[in-house]
Order: sequence, then C-alpha cells, then structure tokens
Amino acid sequence: MKTGRREFLKLGVAAAATGLLPRPARGQGAASRVVVVGGGFAGASCARALRQADPRIAVTLVEANATFTACPFSNEVIAGLRELSAQQFTYERVAADGISIVPSAATAVDVAGRSVALAGGARLAYDRLVLAPGIDIRWGALPGYDEAAAAQMPHAWRAGEQTVLLRRQLEAMADGGVVVISAPANPFRCPPGPYERASLIAHYLKAKKPRSKLLLLDAKDAFSKQKLFQAAWADLYPGLIEWVPLSKGGNVTAVDAATRTFVTDFGRHQAAVANVIPPQKAGRIAELAGVADKTGWCPIDPITFESRLQPAVHVIGDSAIAGAMPKSAFAANAQAKTCAAAVARLLAGGAPSTPKLINTCYSLVAPDYGISIAGVYAPAGGQLAEVPGAGGVSPADAPRSTRAAEAALAQAWFRTITGEVFG
Amino acid sequence: MRRAVAAAIACLSVGAAVVSAEPPPPGAASCSGCHPASPRVASPVPRLAGRDQASIVRAMQEFRSGARTGTVMDRIAKGFTDEEIQAIAAWLAAQP
Repeated sequence: MKTGRREFLKLGVAAAATGLLPRPARGQGAASRVVVVGGGFAGASCARALRQADPRIAVTLVEANATFTACPFSNEVIAGLRELSAQQFTYERVAADGISIVPSAATAVDVAGRSVALAGGARLAYDRLVLAPGIDIRWGALPGYDEAAAAQMPHAWRAGEQTVLLRRQLEAMADGGVVVISAPANPFRCPPGPYERASLIAHYLKAKKPRSKLLLLDAKDAFSKQKLFQAAWADLYPGLIEWVPLSKGGNVTAVDAATRTFVTDFGRHQAAVANVIPPQKAGRIAELAGVADKTGWCPIDPITFESRLQPAVHVIGDSAIAGAMPKSAFAANAQAKTCAAAVARLLAGGAPSTPKLINTCYSLVAPDYGISIAGVYAPAGGQLAEVPGAGGVSPADAPRSTRAAEAALAQAWFRTITGEVFG
Repeated sequence: MRRAVAAAIACLSVGAAVVSAEPPPPGAASCSGCHPASPRVASPVPRLAGRDQASIVRAMQEFRSGARTGTVMDRIAKGFTDEEIQAIAAWLAAQP
C-alpha cells in the first residue's frame, strides 16, 4: 500500500496524540538547547564540536572559573621546569564560536523537567545536557586527609594553587629530605601521572638536592608504562626513587598532616615533603544529577555517552566510566567530539553511528626523555573496549633519540590540544 | 537569469539551514588530538585537513604494516581496517 502525504500526516498526528512518537526534533523556529557543564578538555571541546556539528544548536557552557588550569604538564610546574601561567587558558575563543558562557556553578539538575539550577537560583532549560565535571577528591576516604590536611600535604591533582604549593615545599626543603608520594588504587585521573611526577621531582632533586630521596607508596602492584618508567629511573635516577607496591606495604591507610606522616600496614613514613594523590570520584554535579553510581563514577552508553542512569544526560571525560579508555585529556577531547556528533544527530531525530576513539598519552621521565601509550577503542559488550592488536607503549629498547623525539612530541601535543580546545 | 540566480540562492539558503556538517566517520574525530584541525595552531605534527586522500591512506597503511616507522601512528594505525582508513582519509581530505 502506498501511503500518501496526507495519510502519513494523519498517522503522525494519531501517533503523537497517543504518545508513540519520540520527542520531536525542534523546528527552525526554536533551536535545540544543549547545556554543557564544565569547561575543561571535555566540556569546552564538546561545546565547540556541537556548534561545528550543527550551528543551529544553542550551546551554553557553564563554568565557574574564568581561567582554566590544565593538569597535563603541571608536573613540570612542580619540578620548576615551567610556570603555572603556561597551563592557563581563558574562554574568549570558545565564546567567539557563538557559545554562551555562564560563569556560574551548576548546583542541581532537574532531570524530569530538563533544567540545570545555577548558584544564585537561575535555571537553564535544556533538550540535552552534557556533564563534564572532571574529578572531585573523595575527602574522608583516606583517614586524616581532608581539605585542611591538603594545605600541609598537597594533592596537586587539580592544577592550580595546589600545584604551586607542592613546588614551593620542594624548593623550601633542605637537601637530604625525603619526598613521599602516595598513589591511589584504580581508577583515577591520569594513570601514568604519579610516576611522571616522581620522575620529574627526581630530576629536580638530582640537580638541586642530590642527597634527597623519593619514596613512592602505591596502592597497586602494577602501573601504566611501568617497565619504561622503571628502566628510565634505573638509568637516570639510580637509587633516588624507591617504589613500594601494594604487596610490599605500599597501601596508605591513614595520614597525619601535622607531622607529614603516611601510615601503611607495614609501618610509618615521615616526609619532608608529602604529596598525597588521594582517592577520587566524579565531580559533584554528577552525583547531584544522579548519574554517578555507587563507585562514584558515571556509567555511560559507549556510542552516545548518554548516562545509563538518567535520560538526556551525557557524561564525558574523567567522570565517565569509559571502559578501557583512561582518564586523560586526550581521551576527554576524543569523547567530547564523539559525544557532540551523537547529540547533534539525536537532536536532529537521527540515529548516532558507532564510533571509534583514540587515546595517546605522553609522559616525561626527564625534560628530554618522553614515553607514550596509545590505544584504539570501540564499543563492545556495552563498553568501550580496546581494539585488539592496536595500541601499546613505546618500545623498551628505543634509543635516546626516540625518547627525545617523544619528549618534543609531548610538548607539541600540549600546544595542539590546548590550541584546539581554547584557542 | 535573475530567476535562476534567485532559485540558486534559495537552494543554498535552504541547504545551509537544513544540512549539518557531515559527521566524522569512526575514529576521525580523534585525529585532531594531535593533528591540529585549526589553522591557527602551529605544530610539528602535520595538519591533515584538505590533504590528498590517497596520501593519507598510503601513510596509514604503511604505518600499519611497519613499512613506515612512527612513534605512535604505527600503534594507532593497527586499530583500523582498510575501509575505515578510506573513510577517515576521505573525510579529512574534504575538511576546509
């Protein structure tokens, strides 16, 4: 049977009346509204990619800070190799794409009513919401570690004042002091980050305070790029870094900020400079929106990044449970662009296509010694899984020229990603 | 003639209002994590937008086979099929 236009319209009206049709895409008179919460690598990328995917979408970016401070390369700031200002970016170019920047904090999400409440009481209505709040510290998860303790034993895991505080403490430390870093169990932001930090602090100590030592207490028995890091430590910093894995008593069970002491099942370690990389969870708005599960992170659909727990709310970046993808700036940017394409398609009434995503993470063991890990990911079994046969780390037997090339590529990557997202 | 121009303009404006940018094929959106999409970004890593499709395909296939040495592209190219590489290269070549 051939269905004429009139019959088709009648069918449509009947279906709409009985609620069978999905929420229609908004017509040209009323643009679709997407609110993005969080202006980091994930959120700012997504806002811009949405405008690029479909300029008819009205995009609002909610970000309380006027300046973004990037975490990648902040370990160089701690080691005195770079200034914090090199990590800082503003939103002028993002706004110039026609994105409305709201300098406020999101305080609640009305999922049924599809609106976001802002500090001060205003509300933003949305058709689709993208949450990119990054991480929050899980205060209270490590006995003795609260916000006051972080002023004595900085985490420096959200870049900014904490980064500078840790650097100042290292600069003030007498030669011969013991620096202690504690690394958490998985998952956490930037899996190779604690080991890059240990490396670059060792680089600083070797040059400036050569009688000092670095103790790395780990809640794990294995870590990202482990063989490459350990080989480089033996080569560049012999005897300087001691890594204590979980099975050798590395798990920190409590800290005492007044005496800068780490307590483990095997003993106590007093530090001259103490860096606690604490347990983490998705940024607070994820919890308030009801998109975080009991792990503290946000389960998502691997095609659209839509929350498994709430409709029309997408979660990208460090706060999402992205399967095999690590919590990295590269991954956040890749997820943001994938999510933006899916959201644009959904708003236009279409079906999103199955994506493939890439991650690449560089770590510096020294300013001229870089190593990397890469991966390719695709949806499989309801999660983002690694594509077999692809990815992996830098070769173990590479010459120093390759390490120097990767260090230069790491610098280039930072300029590119920050230029793409904020420039 | 004037009518034809008017019709063409009408077509163009309708096109602009309705058609969105072609979404990137699987994998393509990730490239700009290292290869700048924006012409404002200066990087030693080459910009791929507008490059010849065949040369992008050839580079990816050579990275994948090991005929060409890379630092990370050799590891990344192994995650893509010939069809995916063709689609990514076509999309990149079509970018302004």
